[in-house]
Amino acid sequence: MPKHTFTVNGEKVTVKAEDSVRLLWVLRDILGITGPKYGCGINVCKACTSHINGKAFNPCAVPVGQIKPGDEITTIEGLAKNGRLHPMQQAWIDHDVAQCGYCQPGQIMAAVALVKRVRKEGRPIRNADLDAIRNICRCGTYDRIRDAIKDGAKRMS
Amino acid sequence: MAESNEGHAEGLALDRRRFVGYVVAAPTLAVAARVVVADPASAAPIATPDGFAEFMDLGELQNLAAAPTANKITIRVNRDGTVSFALPRSENGQGIVTSTAMIIAEEMDIPVKRVKVTLADARPELIWNQLTGGSNTTRSTYTPIRTAAAVAKKRLREAAARELGVDEASLRTVDGAVVSDDGRSLDYGALTEAAAARETTAVEVELKPRAAFQVIGKGHKRTDAKAAVTGKKKYAMDLKVKGAKPTMVCRPPTINGKVRKVLNRAQVLEMPGVTHVVTISTGVAVRARTFGQCIDAVRALKVDWGPGPLDGLSDGDILAELKAAEVPLAVPPLLGKAVDGQFTFWFAGNSALETNCAIADVRADRAEIWGPLKVPIAAKTLIAQKLKLPEKAVKVHVIPGGGSFGRKLFHDAAMEAAEASQKMGKPVKLMWHRADDVRQGRVHPMSTGRVRAIVLGNQVTSFEQRHTSVATDFSHGFGEIITAFAGSLPVGDLGFSQTIFALSQSVHYNFGVTTQLLNEVDGRFNTGAMRNIYSPNTAQAREVMVDKIAATMKKDPYAFRREFVRTPQSRAVLDKVATVGKWGRAMPAGMGQGLAIHNEYGAFTACLVEIDCRPKTVGRKVRDAVTGPRVTKVVIAVDIGLPINPAGLRAQMLSGAMDGIAMTLTSSLHLRNGYFLEASWDNYAYTRQWNTPPTFQAIIMPATSDVPGGAGELAVAPVAAAVATAYARATGTMPTHFPINHKNPLHFKPKPTVPPVPQSPVNGLDLAR
Repeated sequence: MPKHTFTVNGEKVTVKAEDSVRLLWVLRDILGITGPKYGCGINVCKACTSHINGKAFNPCAVPVGQIKPGDEITTIEGLAKNGRLHPMQQAWIDHDVAQCGYCQPGQIMAAVALVKRVRKEGRPIRNADLDAIRNICRCGTYDRIRDAIKDGAKRMS
Repeated sequence: MAESNEGHAEGLALDRRRFVGYVVAAPTLAVAARVVVADPASAAPIATPDGFAEFMDLGELQNLAAAPTANKITIRVNRDGTVSFALPRSENGQGIVTSTAMIIAEEMDIPVKRVKVTLADARPELIWNQLTGGSNTTRSTYTPIRTAAAVAKKRLREAAARELGVDEASLRTVDGAVVSDDGRSLDYGALTEAAAARETTAVEVELKPRAAFQVIGKGHKRTDAKAAVTGKKKYAMDLKVKGAKPTMVCRPPTINGKVRKVLNRAQVLEMPGVTHVVTISTGVAVRARTFGQCIDAVRALKVDWGPGPLDGLSDGDILAELKAAEVPLAVPPLLGKAVDGQFTFWFAGNSALETNCAIADVRADRAEIWGPLKVPIAAKTLIAQKLKLPEKAVKVHVIPGGGSFGRKLFHDAAMEAAEASQKMGKPVKLMWHRADDVRQGRVHPMSTGRVRAIVLGNQVTSFEQRHTSVATDFSHGFGEIITAFAGSLPVGDLGFSQTIFALSQSVHYNFGVTTQLLNEVDGRFNTGAMRNIYSPNTAQAREVMVDKIAATMKKDPYAFRREFVRTPQSRAVLDKVATVGKWGRAMPAGMGQGLAIHNEYGAFTACLVEIDCRPKTVGRKVRDAVTGPRVTKVVIAVDIGLPINPAGLRAQMLSGAMDGIAMTLTSSLHLRNGYFLEASWDNYAYTRQWNTPPTFQAIIMPATSDVPGGAGELAVAPVAAAVATAYARATGTMPTHFPINHKNPLHFKPKPTVPPVPQSPVNGLDLAR
C-alpha cells in the first residue's frame, strides 16, 4: 500500500492508503480528523470544505495520491492558533450562527478563503460574493452566515 | 389574550404555580417532577366555530402522553456545583439543549453555564415521553422540568438553613449559592449531600412567577456554539467505537426493490479495504476500511434486483390516483358565489445534511446502538425484535444529529446497522450515501388540495378544504400515542393520519361552516412527517384562496384578513407585519407583496413577503442551480405564548422561512418509472444562498401566556403561504401547484440508478480557490 506524507493542521503525517482514496476519508476514517463533514461525496454540498495551501477545497474530490509531501492541509480543527479562535470563528459565535452545526466547519473554512481571495483582488466582499457561496446549510442559517462573514472580514487583519 | 391558552393540558395542579415533585433517594441531591394533568375531555367546551385543533391540538395530546412519566426525569446537583440533566429528547439543531438549560437555570437561580444538559439514552420506562416531534419538546417538558428544579432549590435552601442555623425564609438563592441575610454564602455543590434524601419523598413547591424571570425571555447563545465552530462537536459518524468500520448499502434501482442475488460477492470481497459483503433486508451491505472504499465496492457490486412496488410509475400516475380519491366538496354553490381552487403539491424531501446513519455493535447476547434518534424507545424495541434479543440487552444512545426535519423520527439506518453488524459479526459505522438519502429515503408525500368557499355579499358562509395525500407513515411514536390515548381524543375513531390532520389544522378565519378533511391513498412509498407535516401545503392553498375570496369582494388582502381572522392574537401579528413590512407600498411591476397567517403548536404567526418576479431576476444564472423568482423580504411576527429563548426562536423562524421558500418556489422530487430523479443537492433545490431573502426580520411578540408554544416547525407554513400569495400578486397568476417550478425542464441530468451511487470526482485540486 502506498505511503503518503503531508502536513495536516501543522503536523507532519504519514498514512498508508491506496492512491485513489479521497482525502476526506483519509482525514476522517484513517486520521480521525472529523471536522470536515460528509454531505454528498461529489463536491456539491461543500460540507467538507477545508484549505490546501491556504485555498478552499473539498477533500471529497481529491484522491490522496494527488497530495504532495509539501502540501499543507488545514481543517476546521487547525483554524484556531495557539488556543485562540480565528476571528471568523469568533464572529460565528458572536452572531450565534450555528443550529445543528453540521455544515458550519465547511461554512467557516469557505468564509475565511473568500475573505482572503477578495483581499487579494483588492476589493471588499459584495453581496454577489455571498450569493455565490455554494455551501448548503439545511437549517437555513444563511442570513446569520452572511452577517458573520461581513463581521469576520472586518476582524481579519 | 392569555385566556385562549387555558385549554393547555400542561399540568394543572394545586393552583396555577403550585406543583408536586419528588426528591429521589440518592447520595447527592436528585429531584424529579410529577405533573397532575387535567382531563382534557372536561377542560373546555367545544365552541361551535372551533375545529378539533382549537379544542386539543397535537401538542396537547403529546403533553398528555408525556405527563404520566414526568416523575422519571431527574435533575442532579453535583458536588462541583454543576447541575446535570439528561433530556429525553433528540437535539438536531432546534436549540432545546440550550433552552432546557435556561429553564433549569431560571428556576434554580444558577448560571446557565453551570447547567449541563445531555441527551438521555433510550429509556423504555418513559413510554411516550421520549419522542422528539410535533414541535413539542418545550411544550411538554417546561412544567415538569421547572417543578423538578424548584424541588432541588427548595431542598438546597432547607439544607443551607440547617447548616447556617437560620430560618429558611431569610435565605436567598443567587448564582448557584444560598445566601443568608448576614452575607454568608453556601454553594449548591457544597450543599448537595446535605440536601440529598434517603427515601424518595413527595415535595410541594411553588414555581417562580413570570414577572420574576431573569433568564427566560432573554436571548441566550447556543451552549454548543464553540464546539460547533471548532469542529469538536461530535455527530454519530464522528464517534470512535472500537472495531466499527465504515459500512454502506448498495440499494436497488427503484424504490423498495429487493435483492434477488448478488452476482460477484467474491470479487468485491477482494477489493482494497473491503472486509465484509452481506445481504440485508434493504440491499447489500459493504464494510470497509474507509467510506471511499465502501463507495467503490457498492459501485462494483453486480446484483440481480427484484422489482419494487412502484416500478414504472411516475408523477402523473400518482396524481391520477390522488384525484380519484378526493373526497367531494359538500356544499353546492346554490346560495352565493362559489370560489373554487385546486392544487397539487409534489413530492418533497426533508434531507438533513447529515444523511441517515448509525453505529451498531451487535454481539451474541447484547447490542449497542449510537444514532441521532428522535424515537429511541421504538428503535430499541424493534431492533431487539429484529435481532431476537431481549429488549433490555439492547442499549440505544441518542447522539446529537446534523438536522432532522422529521427524517430522524425513523430509525431506518439504526435498524440496517444492527442487521449488518449481526450478520457480519463485527461492529459497523453505517452511513447512507446522499444519493440513497434522496432516492430511497423518506419523502413528504405528494398530495392534492381542493378548496371551495361560498361568498354571499360581504360574508363567507362556508369554507371547505379537502386534502388528499399519499399516505404518511406515522407508525412508530405518533401512532402509538394515538392508539394509547384514543379514548381522550376529541376526534372519534379516525386513522393515525386523519387524527394528526384534525389535531394540527386550526380554523383560521370566520368563514361560516368550515370543514377540513384528509383522505389518504397508497402506502407504497417511504414517507414520514416532514417538518410541519400537512400545514405548508394546506396553508398555501388556504391563503391563496383567501386572497381570491378578498378579490371577489374587491377587498384588500390585509383589510380582508383583519376583518375575518378568528382570534385577536392573529390580528395582532397580522397588524405587526403589515406595519413593519410596509404593506401596500408601491413596487415596480413584476414585484409584489403577499400575506399569510398561520396558527399551530399553541402559537400564532403572520408573515409578509416581497418577491421579485421580473425577467432579469428570474433569469439570473448560477451554475447547476435553480434561480427563478427571488424573495427579497420576509417579515414574520410570532406570538408563541411565552418565549423561552428569543435568540433560538428567531433562529427557528429564519430556518422555517428557508423551508417555506423552498417548498413554494424550488424544492421537489420528480418520480419517473419508479424512482426519484434527484440524487444529490444540486439536483434537489432546497434554498441556497442565491435564493435567500436579502431582508429577513422576525418579530417576537411580548409574552401572552404562562406556557410556551412550539417553535421548530412553526414558520414553514406561514412563509410558504406568504411566498405563494406574493407570487400570485406579483405575476397576476394564481399558482395551482407547488413548488411552482416543478413542471419546468429539469435543471440537471439525472444520475444513473445502477450503480446506485455516483463516484467521487478527482478534480478537487483544480477547483481550489
